Amino acid sequence: MFAHPKFERSRANKSLVEIIKDLEGVTFHDLYEHYPDFNINVKAEKKLLQEHDVIIWHHPFYWYSCPPLMKQWMDVVLEFGWAYGPQASALQTKKCFNVITTGGTREVYCPTGTNKYSISEFLRPFEQTAKLCGMEYLPPFTVMGTHNIGDLEIEKHTLQYKKLIGFLLKNQTFGTVNTCEFLNDTPGLNKEIDK
Amino acid sequence: MSGSFLFEAIVFLAGAIICVPIAKKLGLSSVLGYLLAGILIGPYILGFVGDEGQDILHFAEFGVVMMLFLIGLEIEPKNFWQMRKTIVGMGGAQVLGTMLLSFLLFYTIGFDWKVSLIISMAVALSSTAITLQTIKENGLMNTTYGASSFSILLFQDIIVIFMLAIIPLLTDIEQTAVADDPSDHTYLLENLPLGFQALAIVLSVVLVVLAGRYIFVPMLRLVAKTRLRELLSASALLIVMALAYLMELVGLSPALGAFLGGVVLATSEFKHELESNLEPFKGLLLGLFFMAVGASINFIVIRDNPFMVSGLVVGVIVLKAVILFLVAVTFKLKADQRLLLTIGLAQIGEFAFVLLSFAFQLNILNRMELDTMLVVTALTMTLTPILGIINERLILPNVGTKKAENRSVDHIAKTHKVILVGFGHFGSTIGRFLRSYGIEATILDNDSNRVDLLRKMGFEVYYGDASRMDLLESAGIAKAKILISAIDNPDTVIHLTKMVKEKYPNLKLMVRAKNRYDAYELLNTGIENVYRESLDTSVKMAGDVLHHLGFRRYTIHRQAQKFIQYDEEGLRKLAEKPNKTRDEYIFRVTEMIKEQEKQLEEDLKRGIIEYDNQWDNEQMRAAHKQDKDN
Repeated sequence: MFAHPKFERSRANKSLVEIIKDLEGVTFHDLYEHYPDFNINVKAEKKLLQEHDVIIWHHPFYWYSCPPLMKQWMDVVLEFGWAYGPQASALQTKKCFNVITTGGTREVYCPTGTNKYSISEFLRPFEQTAKLCGMEYLPPFTVMGTHNIGDLEIEKHTLQYKKLIGFLLKNQTFGTVNTCEFLNDTPGLNKEIDK
Repeated sequence: MSGSFLFEAIVFLAGAIICVPIAKKLGLSSVLGYLLAGILIGPYILGFVGDEGQDILHFAEFGVVMMLFLIGLEIEPKNFWQMRKTIVGMGGAQVLGTMLLSFLLFYTIGFDWKVSLIISMAVALSSTAITLQTIKENGLMNTTYGASSFSILLFQDIIVIFMLAIIPLLTDIEQTAVADDPSDHTYLLENLPLGFQALAIVLSVVLVVLAGRYIFVPMLRLVAKTRLRELLSASALLIVMALAYLMELVGLSPALGAFLGGVVLATSEFKHELESNLEPFKGLLLGLFFMAVGASINFIVIRDNPFMVSGLVVGVIVLKAVILFLVAVTFKLKADQRLLLTIGLAQIGEFAFVLLSFAFQLNILNRMELDTMLVVTALTMTLTPILGIINERLILPNVGTKKAENRSVDHIAKTHKVILVGFGHFGSTIGRFLRSYGIEATILDNDSNRVDLLRKMGFEVYYGDASRMDLLESAGIAKAKILISAIDNPDTVIHLTKMVKEKYPNLKLMVRAKNRYDAYELLNTGIENVYRESLDTSVKMAGDVLHHLGFRRYTIHRQAQKFIQYDEEGLRKLAEKPNKTRDEYIFRVTEMIKEQEKQLEEDLKRGIIEYDNQWDNEQMRAAHKQDKDN
């Protein structure tokens, strides 16, 4: 699930999307391109969710959250009785996480930084949404400081991302996920890329 | 002082034109104005009209027939069926109660029992013309009072047939020879056995229903295709007259036949067209009728027996009012509705003229009794509108349930009315979308083939030329909230909107415009909501083109909306200055386009629209760099 109102202007996101969107087993779903008028086709969206095992919420981090269309998507697609509620089981056991790009660097998202709270704290609503729907919520994959990030840095993140998707596609473990703040930090993703 | 036909016509018309506006200005009903005009021109004051008043009365009774046809048009068959209990219940109680009481009254004051019976019959009947005209004028047709009055009057219309049948039986045997004489009251079936008469009556009702569906409607369609307006008026008159004639032939009340015909045609697409065509005829004839009533008041009788006449008038009104009040209580009408009904129907009606004259011809009544009762009838007819005003001004405000009554859900639903004019490709889209919200617009279109087709598909479409105010009025423009003009022809649109705006300045007008030029003209006439058919769709198409060229759809969507906004603003700016000369106008247009071009060029230079740069711009980047360097 990709939501970026100004995708054409984003280097980092373009790079991330390019590398994974044509992989076999991956469906790249561009919300702003599908629903420019916010008129989401709920039925089609539900079908898409049911056909996949891993749901990625990929978006830039606008005002510590997602762009409005993604919130709209959550509001209308994740219905009571289907996504959550006593009888709901549509999303049970699926994996879910956020892929986000932020303008600010990792350093500003801490108690002493200008943004005061950490990324995972800001992502609490997403985490709880996923959990309420019975999904396994993984730590986020982040590309931070995009305002001043170098092409090489982006390249590094892109390769990490490709690797991550590869692991998920094969359903392999890539280190102790839950102890890391970001998926970027898992040892499995960093082995060869640093070279 | 009777003269030529032209002179008489001038007297009546002038009387109406002088008296009715004065009555209206004083806040009285037009009925009263007509009645006073009649008294004024009648034999006892100005003396313009003499004995021919009676003949005019008979002629003008056709106005009542027309009125019932028009009322029938507004009542759909299924509603009519729902009213059957009120008609028989309230009507029956009123007629029987009044007859019984007035029979006792007249018998005890010394009239012969036959005379008493005839008079009680006459007294039981109220005036359809006066009551319904007043109800319609006050817009009370949809209230309980309106419906109850109507039910009672309808029952009276039916019962009068039996009364006319019974009267000959009251004559002595040697007098029947005279009874056979009056030719205007003999009818085709008179000499048939009773069973056959009943059968003929049933058959004629069936005939009216069938004729309505299989003769009148196809005929109207045919006529509509000629697009000659006067032919439609002619057809409307023909229908009413044919119905009245048929009813007279079998001995039914012509008004009743016309009413039935109206009900049959109520579901046809020509409902509004028939209404607006007959309305002026009905109005004139009814006016004439009221004037004739006024003119026929015999003041000599009043002068000779002032106490007896006034006693009878008061007695009759009180008696009728008491019965009506009891009926209203029995049928659980609210206090204010009860009062309205009590006073509204407390007069002797126009049928009394027929019944009493008939009985006079059969020698049951003598000259004196006839004249007295005719005067009493005319006076009660004149007095009830006055009593109605007293009730409305002095009594009702203290009863206080009137406002609550008006707030019923039904009332609100009826005032949220939308009229959609023009049901071509543009209008039909509007109609369909509104319908998806449960809003059923009243649709007017002047293509009879299309009207026919759409009706088959379940739309409520009426045939008619919307540039006629009377048609719009019968479609309910006075009560409408919004009028949508979806007409193709710009000239018609301008004409329609100007006309409507003048007469109904508070009605919201939403108007389709062909292009910029029409939009300017509409904006300059003060229409706020102008919709150019060439704007949204072309921008949408351009957006899709851009999408196929590889641009992001959300960005295009935002840009398109911004573009439409530019364009609308520009349109209004240009329209502000009325275009005197063509050159100046063209100059301004080119200027405008240049300006727009400049703005768009700027957008292009930036690569993206200005207002969406919040999350990605150079200043933001620079600020972050500074942060980092520090």
